[in-house]
Amino acid sequence: MNAQVQVSAPILAVEHVAVHFGGLIAISDMSFEVREGELVSLIGPNGAGKTTAFNVITGFQKPTKGRVLFRGNALSGLKPHEVAGLGLVRTFQRTSVFDKISVFENVLIGLHRRTAPSLLGTLLGLPRERKAEEELREQAWEILRLVGIAHEADEPGGSLPYGDQRLLGVALALAAEPQALLLDEPVSGMNASETARFVELLNRLRAKGITILLVEHDMPMVMGISDRIVVLNYGRIIANGSPSMIQNDPDVIAAYLGGGVKHA
Amino acid sequence: MNRYFPLVALVFFAAVPLWLQDQYYLHTLVVAGIFMLAAMSLNLLLGYTGQLSLGHVAFFGIGAYVSALTSLGFDVTVFGRQISVEPWPPFLGLLLGMATAGLCGYLIGKLAFRVRGAYFVIVTISFAEVVRLVALNWVDLTNGPLALPGIPPLTLGFEWTGYVTLWGKAENYYVVLVFIALAYLLMKRLVQSPYGRAMIALRENETLAVSVGVSVTKYLVLAAVVSGAVAGLAGGLYAHYIQIIDPMIFMFLNTVTMVIIVITGGKGTLAGPVVGGLIFGLAPVFLRNYVGPEVQWILYGCLMILIVFILPQGIVPEIERWFNRAKPDRRNDAAGQEGSSVLALARSGRANH
Amino acid sequence: MDQLLQHFANTIIMGGTYALLGIGLTLIFGIMRIVNFTHGELYAFGAYMMYFFATIIGMNFFVAIAFAIAAGMLLGMLLEFSLLRPKRGADIDTTMLIMIGAWIIMQNLEHLTWGGIAKSIPSPLPETPLVIGPISISWLRLMVLVIALLLIAATYSVINLTKLGKAMRATFQDSSTAALMGINVNAIYTLTFGFGSALAAAAGALLGPVFVVTPTMGDLASLKAFAIVILGGLGNITGAAIGGFILALAEEIGAGYISSGYRDAMGFVIIIIVLLFRPTGLFARAERVG
Repeated sequence: MNAQVQVSAPILAVEHVAVHFGGLIAISDMSFEVREGELVSLIGPNGAGKTTAFNVITGFQKPTKGRVLFRGNALSGLKPHEVAGLGLVRTFQRTSVFDKISVFENVLIGLHRRTAPSLLGTLLGLPRERKAEEELREQAWEILRLVGIAHEADEPGGSLPYGDQRLLGVALALAAEPQALLLDEPVSGMNASETARFVELLNRLRAKGITILLVEHDMPMVMGISDRIVVLNYGRIIANGSPSMIQNDPDVIAAYLGGGVKHA
Repeated sequence: MNRYFPLVALVFFAAVPLWLQDQYYLHTLVVAGIFMLAAMSLNLLLGYTGQLSLGHVAFFGIGAYVSALTSLGFDVTVFGRQISVEPWPPFLGLLLGMATAGLCGYLIGKLAFRVRGAYFVIVTISFAEVVRLVALNWVDLTNGPLALPGIPPLTLGFEWTGYVTLWGKAENYYVVLVFIALAYLLMKRLVQSPYGRAMIALRENETLAVSVGVSVTKYLVLAAVVSGAVAGLAGGLYAHYIQIIDPMIFMFLNTVTMVIIVITGGKGTLAGPVVGGLIFGLAPVFLRNYVGPEVQWILYGCLMILIVFILPQGIVPEIERWFNRAKPDRRNDAAGQEGSSVLALARSGRANH
Repeated sequence: MDQLLQHFANTIIMGGTYALLGIGLTLIFGIMRIVNFTHGELYAFGAYMMYFFATIIGMNFFVAIAFAIAAGMLLGMLLEFSLLRPKRGADIDTTMLIMIGAWIIMQNLEHLTWGGIAKSIPSPLPETPLVIGPISISWLRLMVLVIALLLIAATYSVINLTKLGKAMRATFQDSSTAALMGINVNAIYTLTFGFGSALAAAAGALLGPVFVVTPTMGDLASLKAFAIVILGGLGNITGAAIGGFILALAEEIGAGYISSGYRDAMGFVIIIIVLLFRPTGLFARAERVG
């Protein structure tokens, strides 16, 4: 599974990031890189700081120290929507979809970044804007088909089966045209067949050249799909390497066994 | 059927003055229409972006005062400098009032959206109260509590066509109807465009909206500008129709009326403010024979609480659901699938409240 | 200079009642997070009850104050029990709309019951003011200040020193844990709302005899109370007390040096400035808005 990736420039670089909440240290000092086209997984016991790392990277949380670079540009001070605007898009563990809005409209909202209609044109109902809207709808269908939930387009997001909600979350993020996609526990709560379907989807995304950073507890899946794995424990990186290296790393084994984590 | 309904309604209301000659009823309809327009503007903020602006009457009043003052002309001294303005044609005044209210929407939007929830509500109320106190105390400009009488009615036409002055109720009725139709169309295009989708996304889940690149400031400020301008337009129409305004126009109760209209009709729906506006615009016609204004307000207050308790989405969504129930329900298929039953239960539970 | 001293004296007199109003609301808005538009109506209710007990029934002035406060507490508890308890946990907009409805109903009921004409409540204290050097203060206002300060001290002790106060703080920090610890959470909610309402009614009962009583007197009181709470930081009792005095000072200065018409505008200007530059209030610890 570990397709040899060409050594390319890092698309995403996390440099000495630290996050303190008052006296609590969520991340003490974290540095890692993700290269163009790679699929990197960020793993670690609960409370290791994985979601906090996602929040820092996507601008939802200001780091106490350090910085994040996307294609060589520092993201410091950018608001979340500006980070998304650069093509660095994330999904969420919990609030993953607009649950009262139809699946199709969900994706249309996700497509926000791809349209820049003129306000005047919109208010006047100009043909140009109508055409743009039609194209947008076509794109939404494409994404729904890619993800495999097109048959549920009219359902409200919140009424979808759990696994499909996670897929819709990914569809939303995909609609935002990510160059790098950050997925926060996308398969948690999915059954085996749903997970298998999701892995297929990830492979399709990789084929499109999208770089992926994954936070996940499902170890067989992580081991199977990742090019590289970064292991966090107590806000620090304790290992960084290929799946086979990680599986045999004594620090990682100690962290998982010592931490008594059930997911491993 | 749903698609043509607004058009049918427009034709119906356009025909009303043909058979309704009673001046009092026409007057009631004109005032109802003006408040409907104001409520439509509030709905953009309250219904589509989810921001409860309780200072909305400020935009209404600013539109009224600016339009009234520019069409009356005024002399005022600001910081030792004399400013004289000759009377403008009322329609230009109306546009200027709209623009000023829109500008205030921009400023309030820029400033107030830094704080949300309860704080936003309180900032907007404070803004309205400050404007009211300025209108009350800047006597040189506004005449203060003595009111601003003799505001000219709207005139239609150009130099080369000659002018028509709208003195009558029926003429004003049509002007208001045209503006309501335009505002409805404008709101419809806005909320069904990517702009409106962004606003709805922010209302439903701000974190998620932001994560796909929706800018909070941009869309909330846009909503505030459009909302302020339309409210200003309603205020201007009010000033030229009633022909006298005083600082009481800034009463908090006027904001409350707009809120009740939107909540009752259905916030976040295009037809909501129209339905609510008709109900509350026409309610006084029926109530005035039986009860005084205090009891009327008490009834409004009770209705507001009742709506929140039994019909939190308002009348229009309830009617829509009623219509949809007649159609075959496809939703049941999805609910049968594994995993969704709990969510479906949670949803229906929420809907029952 | 003399004028300035007089302004300061007025500030302290008014500040006491404002503090009372603010502390009442900081319990409800600051701690319970209910945007309580009826606060001003409870203030008006307190004033009308004072009029009823002292002027109509002819009770002793001080006993009437106590009765008015008790009536305010009961009404507050009734409001919480009937309107807020069924909607506990609803979003802030929902409770806000309910409270706006309640506010309209209460105000118009007052109008209906007492009529639109202002009522005055005669006080038993001497008419001639107390003159100290350049300052003159009416005895009535001095008494109002003293009672207000006593009530503030009492509130502070209840919240910080008694078991009830501890239960309140526990409930609003984490109501499910508080419930597990055996606290009757429902009772605490009702009681706290009643407590805050009692303080608003107290402010009304105290100021009723100073000014006149009208059905719309509550409108500005509500908004001023919000200004005080925001100034002092949500839920901060000391902050609300200081905020009350700051608002009084700002109004004195606004009325004395800008224009008396702008006295009432000061509170709103303060709200806008504080929220824009220091949204957590002047005395708040780090706390996030929204």
